[in-house]
Amino acid sequence: MRILVIGYGNPGRRDDGLGPALADRLENLDRANVTVDRDYQLSVEHAELVAHHDIVVFADAATDGDGHAPFYLRRVEAAADTSYSSHSLSPQAVLHLAAECFGAHPHAWLLGIRPVDMDSFAEGLTHEAEAHLALALAALRDALESNGLAR
Amino acid sequence: MKKARCYTISPLTRVEGHGKVTIHMDEHNEVTETRLHIVEFRGFERFILGRPYWEVPVIVQRLCGICPVSHHLAAAKAMDRIVGGEQLTPTAEKIRRLMHYGQIFQSHALHFFYLASPDFLFGTDGTATSSFGAPVAQRNVLAVAAKYPQMAVQGVMMRKFGQEVIKATAGKKIHGTGAIPGGVNKNLSVVERDALRKDVPKMLEWSKNAVQVARDFTMSHLVELLPFGSFDSNHLALVRQEDGALDLYHGVLRAISKDGDRLVNDVDTQRYLEVVVEEVRSWSYMKFPFLKLLGPEKGWYRVGPLARLNCCSFVSTPEAELARKEFLALTHGRPNNVTMCYHWARMIELLHAIEVVADLLDDQDLQGDDLVVHGPRREEAVGVIEAPRGTLFHHYRVNRNDEVTMANLIVSTTSNNEPMNRAVTKVAKDFFTGKSEISEGLFNHIEVAIRAYDPCLSCATHAFGQMPLVVEVYDSAGQMISSASRYAS
Repeated sequence: MRILVIGYGNPGRRDDGLGPALADRLENLDRANVTVDRDYQLSVEHAELVAHHDIVVFADAATDGDGHAPFYLRRVEAAADTSYSSHSLSPQAVLHLAAECFGAHPHAWLLGIRPVDMDSFAEGLTHEAEAHLALALAALRDALESNGLAR
Repeated sequence: MKKARCYTISPLTRVEGHGKVTIHMDEHNEVTETRLHIVEFRGFERFILGRPYWEVPVIVQRLCGICPVSHHLAAAKAMDRIVGGEQLTPTAEKIRRLMHYGQIFQSHALHFFYLASPDFLFGTDGTATSSFGAPVAQRNVLAVAAKYPQMAVQGVMMRKFGQEVIKATAGKKIHGTGAIPGGVNKNLSVVERDALRKDVPKMLEWSKNAVQVARDFTMSHLVELLPFGSFDSNHLALVRQEDGALDLYHGVLRAISKDGDRLVNDVDTQRYLEVVVEEVRSWSYMKFPFLKLLGPEKGWYRVGPLARLNCCSFVSTPEAELARKEFLALTHGRPNNVTMCYHWARMIELLHAIEVVADLLDDQDLQGDDLVVHGPRREEAVGVIEAPRGTLFHHYRVNRNDEVTMANLIVSTTSNNEPMNRAVTKVAKDFFTGKSEISEGLFNHIEVAIRAYDPCLSCATHAFGQMPLVVEVYDSAGQMISSASRYAS
């Protein structure tokens, strides 16, 4: 089972860097079947990367969670969605391109971590976002260990 | 009684600068005024003040997630001079060139295959009500992938290749640190070189095909394309100092008139303020640069692929030079002022970029260990580079405490501000005049004209079919009399 974790966002905009921060902290994960990638945003080339894996986790700063929950982990499906910049794709659009171009249909998840500040021109996460990241990271590690992402 | 109307196309983007277009029409359905507004203020130059100079090449990448490498290298070139290290070692200069041409390659491929191709593939295939009025459902990259999967795959793989070149030379994909004042912090290992080199033949073949697609599309639609958003203009670009060759990394400033007369004759980039002046207008946060020699009325100019092919004396790589000659044959060897020819020019540069990358990967200097030079310190410097979208200026002053005390940036899209406004005006007058109702397809014509320049804000004008375009109609008294969204959410 080949697993890909993509953390994306802009570390120069404080908590928008939650995705790349998660990827950084997974680097020392000692699992041969897990690939970790990071980028500013999802783009078309991620469709090809996704196509080489059975399970994909998209990790991003997300404000659309449930109330004050520090993070969520949701299934995400391929869709010709409504995002309107091809320099920045949604996970759904990446999965759609992976299916159209490479015939790939990985089992995919969106790990949304709640940010506090995504407007400042500064590096480093806020204290609250750091706490949210720690909880999300622990949950992801558990899911990887228990093979929970395959279900 | 009929009333004057004002159409607003907004937003043109959400990612790298919000923009909107307003079109004013009088009671006789004549276009009276058009404007491309850039309504987001970033103030980035002030943000840099007080930072130590060595941080700047990394910090400026926050300006833009689309072409951070351009800002990284332009700032590094300025800081080279600050530390007296502008005469880079062969290894450092070639690593930087590889990084830059890798970026040009991925950026041009992404724009052509994923932003512009829906216009080419569907706009004129009989499903459209006019040249670029293809049904909304088709006008996106997902439709391209469904109908032309091979082309979509090539676009993905070319973009990926360019990104891999950047990663290998800049150290990482996010906030790369490869270029530092006076050089680079890593060379290219043999393993990295070989990983890239194995894909070069395929990239070269696909690039030649892309030139052919752009050329064939242009030549088979000349009647529609030649006048579309077109006008005569000056052109400005860097060219290689020794012989005027196309050079996207380093050179001197050359500007020509619409007829090819030399207006700026290979001027040192450190003297750019003697060449270019920026005008401020109250209705846009984006400035309007012009050639000092000619003043604001006549001195505005275009930058980017079209301007570069017009300004250079030749292209130094064989396949791209052949393509350039064929390109210039369309205008009998004179400068090409056809806005839609930006796409063809962009693909010629794509081909040039992969030829340069191929040559560099064969160069053993990339494995050298002499990475950094320093010399007499300076307090002021300019770094200029040809970014994918055109000439990019970075100008800094640094005090004795190593802090940046002044920063001035002229980005490519700013130089193309006046031309984009003129393109919008031309299209609006050609297609809107006399029409009492403006269809969604006709609004796309405006975006097609803007998209030819590949401005950062164009990344939003194409896409995945659901750009929330809002049209508002105002009477001459400024009262909104109707509004509509072209996509229901």
